[in-house]
Amino acid sequence: MKVGIPAEIFPNELRVAATPKTVKRLQKQGFEVYIQQGAGVKANFSDKEFEEAGAKIVKTAAEIYGNSDIVLKVKEPSTAEVAMMKEGLVLLSYLWPAQNQDLLKVLADKKVNAVAMDSIPRISRAQKMDVLSSMANIAGYRAVIEGSFHFGRFLNGQITAAGKVEPAKVLVIGAGVAGLASIGAANSLGAIVRAFDTRKEVAEQIESMGAQFLTVEIEEDGATASGYSKEMSKEFIEAEMKLFLEQAKEVDIVITTAQIPGRPAPKLWLDYHVQAMKPGSVIVDLAASTGGNCAFTKNGEIFTTENGVTIVGKLNQLPNQASQLYGNNLCHLLDDMGKAEKFKIDMDDAVVSRAMVTYNGKINWPPAPLQVSPTAGGGAKKVAPPTAEEQKVADDAKAKKAAVSTFIALAVVGILLLMVGAFAPPAFIQHFTVFVLAVFVGWQVISNVSHSLHTPLMAVTNAISGIIVVGGLLQTKNDATNIMTIIASIAILIASINIVGGFVVTHRMLKMFKK
Amino acid sequence: MLLAKEIQTAAYLFASILFILSLSGLSSQESAKRGVLYGIVGMIVAIVATVLGQGVEGHVYIIGAIAIASVIGIMLARKVEMTAMPQLVAILHSFVGLAAVLVGFGSYLDPNTQSLTGAEHNIHLVEVFVGIFIGAITFTGSIIAWGKLDGKVPSKPWSFKGLQTMNLILLLACTVLGVFFCNAHGTEGMLYLLIMTAIASFIGVVLVMAIGGGDMPVVVSMLNSYSGWAAAAAGFMLGNDLLIVTGALVGSSGAILSMHMCHAMNRSFFSVIFASASLAPKGGEKKAMEGEVTALNHEEVAALLKEAKSIVIVPGYGMAVAKAQYPIFEMVQTLRKANKNVRFAIHPVAGRLPGHMNVLLAEANVPYDIVLEMDEINDDMPNTDVVMVIGANDVVNPAAQDDPGCSIYGMPVIEAWKAEKVIIMKRSMSAGYSGEDNPLFYKPNSEMLYGDAKVSVEKILSFLK
Repeated sequence: MKVGIPAEIFPNELRVAATPKTVKRLQKQGFEVYIQQGAGVKANFSDKEFEEAGAKIVKTAAEIYGNSDIVLKVKEPSTAEVAMMKEGLVLLSYLWPAQNQDLLKVLADKKVNAVAMDSIPRISRAQKMDVLSSMANIAGYRAVIEGSFHFGRFLNGQITAAGKVEPAKVLVIGAGVAGLASIGAANSLGAIVRAFDTRKEVAEQIESMGAQFLTVEIEEDGATASGYSKEMSKEFIEAEMKLFLEQAKEVDIVITTAQIPGRPAPKLWLDYHVQAMKPGSVIVDLAASTGGNCAFTKNGEIFTTENGVTIVGKLNQLPNQASQLYGNNLCHLLDDMGKAEKFKIDMDDAVVSRAMVTYNGKINWPPAPLQVSPTAGGGAKKVAPPTAEEQKVADDAKAKKAAVSTFIALAVVGILLLMVGAFAPPAFIQHFTVFVLAVFVGWQVISNVSHSLHTPLMAVTNAISGIIVVGGLLQTKNDATNIMTIIASIAILIASINIVGGFVVTHRMLKMFKK
Repeated sequence: MLLAKEIQTAAYLFASILFILSLSGLSSQESAKRGVLYGIVGMIVAIVATVLGQGVEGHVYIIGAIAIASVIGIMLARKVEMTAMPQLVAILHSFVGLAAVLVGFGSYLDPNTQSLTGAEHNIHLVEVFVGIFIGAITFTGSIIAWGKLDGKVPSKPWSFKGLQTMNLILLLACTVLGVFFCNAHGTEGMLYLLIMTAIASFIGVVLVMAIGGGDMPVVVSMLNSYSGWAAAAAGFMLGNDLLIVTGALVGSSGAILSMHMCHAMNRSFFSVIFASASLAPKGGEKKAMEGEVTALNHEEVAALLKEAKSIVIVPGYGMAVAKAQYPIFEMVQTLRKANKNVRFAIHPVAGRLPGHMNVLLAEANVPYDIVLEMDEINDDMPNTDVVMVIGANDVVNPAAQDDPGCSIYGMPVIEAWKAEKVIIMKRSMSAGYSGEDNPLFYKPNSEMLYGDAKVSVEKILSFLK
């Protein structure tokens, strides 16, 4: 099967859908790879590198769209590009189906089977092909770099000969993949990081990345089954705005990442927040393309407000890194679809069927909803842990029960012993006493042996149980033809093998243990 | 020279004390070697005191048998490979069982004991009967355990409905035979005794056949316990306190060891011994496997290890089979020279014998302070960069924590999946000893590395160097 990669024609799109590394991977999966001349130039991949990796270089996009079975692309195709596509082509690309209904129709008319990489359901199985996550990861990292570039100071605190430097304070709003990546990057640069999210469940993730979780004093959880957060009540938003205002006075860099799929981004950082900030502060708005979380954000622009706050509405895509991750995501999806040999569009598959927005000339959008969030989805099996009090009551009951059964057991044992005493001859009673005491000694002696010594211990107890040899010793007679002598000799023989073998092997084992 | 009865008793007491010290010495690494020495001295004291005692005849045969046995024993113990240790221990247990049976028959035939009368006579007969019963079960049970460990008998639990009922009926039959036996005159009860021995041998076979390979560590230590009880029973029939004390020591220590291990598997002692748990999972729907298995090659694994700072290795039976402990330690040394924190995590029931992994790692000179137990390492898992699971399966199965439908649900496991990356070295995708599929393999942070553990580790090592 032939996989084709055209050059991206949109001027601001620097990425490419394959890199020399993923080209190698695609060939391992059994595909023939064709790539348009100059496709990787903007992401710093030369044609030569692609050629060395085994791809065939093709001059025009028309050859790619006309001859390939599968086309890998980054940006959604233009009408002109769709016109070049052959019927039955499988297209893997960003498509944003919710915003691009017309494009879907054109693709469907062309009988192109298009997979919207941005619509891969966000379930754990599909994580490795989730381009939103991998791209958000890059954006989150880049937001910190961009923010610190425009911020005129160190991010980490330092005490130098020239004086003390305060660490910068970074506020991250929205702890999705991008937000968490920002927290991680800012934290490792040494800044003090705080993060806000309406979903209570992410508090742990925020803290694990090294940030302080900020919250408002209102009990409301923004989590939904889709994994995104819902819109909150009026009271909640008021409290949130108040919290942001307090923070605005303190923090140096604000990174906003809140987006709602298919809708404009919520306005969270309003005019009065910007005005409350110190001159020199920076706002990096990752939601700029969908209208921005900050009231002043201009998409694709970086500018400074009158009170000296820089607002960043455009980010470098790190095209080389982004192409690599995007290319990997595509490879994983092709892996999932059966590689070259068994390539198949399986409309029963939860992942493929949801991302396949056009199939056999029909539009397949929007798909059926799918539960994503770990708490909302998998909650059926979880049982609430008992409270401390319930636990205590249960423990008490258990202890009482244990005490009663111990008492009964002791009583039974006592009665049995009395009966033995009443009927058994004195010699037996004496042996019996020794026996019972020895059992307890064995019990106590072994109770705290360490796991690592279990094998040597067993070998030694095994050797010691060879004491049965004594039985044989007492039974041998001088007469070799006596049946007892024969039996006893055999018993001595095998018991002694056991003794000698057991001790020697234990010794061998213990010799090996060393610190 | 014959020893007086009193001196012999004193020597026995001394031997008993040495045995107790021996067992308690084995509870820590530092005192373990001394413990073995105590055991050897105790055994010599016991044997010499017995042989020099009054009424012992046939010294020629005794010395001959002991000499031959010593040669065989030393050869066995020298030759055995550490990976085959479980088999050796199991077969040695069977020897004790057989010896107990023989001593029982000898005691029954002994003219001295036939002169006993009344209650003493009856008690002696019961002792003989019980001693042979336990001995026979130990004997055949250990042989089956040996066969299972050695791969000569299929390790899958072999069981059927009504197995418990059958065992109960057989037990009842033995009791009835016991009653006949006690009422027989002279040595006329021999027939009953032989039938009972046959039945007990059969019970031993069935008991161990029904237990799955994963539970073998418990079985081996349980048989160890049985061999102790058999010796104690022999002590009763011969009226010998040394045998009673030593047998009881071994019996109870083996029993508590088994219970320790059952505790580690979150199984009740009885469910393991009577194999009831391996038949029916404790209810609940089995979870379907979600996600996908991805594999790496040796070079990629080496690259991951080069980047990692903290590495934990979880060995299992697969390491023993492949004898991979030497190259593994070489790899560990290479990684440690590169200033990486490399440690081993040992699950209490990893391998086929309690402490099996520790012995193998010790054989390869791994210092025991980097070999940690499950409880010591689990808290560190989230801060670990790479976990290498080498030939282990059930002990890292997350289903034990979150899937009530799984037969090992509730067993504490090493939480490998909490680490950044998990590399699972395995020969194939087959299930573990418990027969449970392992969701760990399907997690997004898990990667498989297929192939023989030893070959794989050697290849990784070549890329690391």
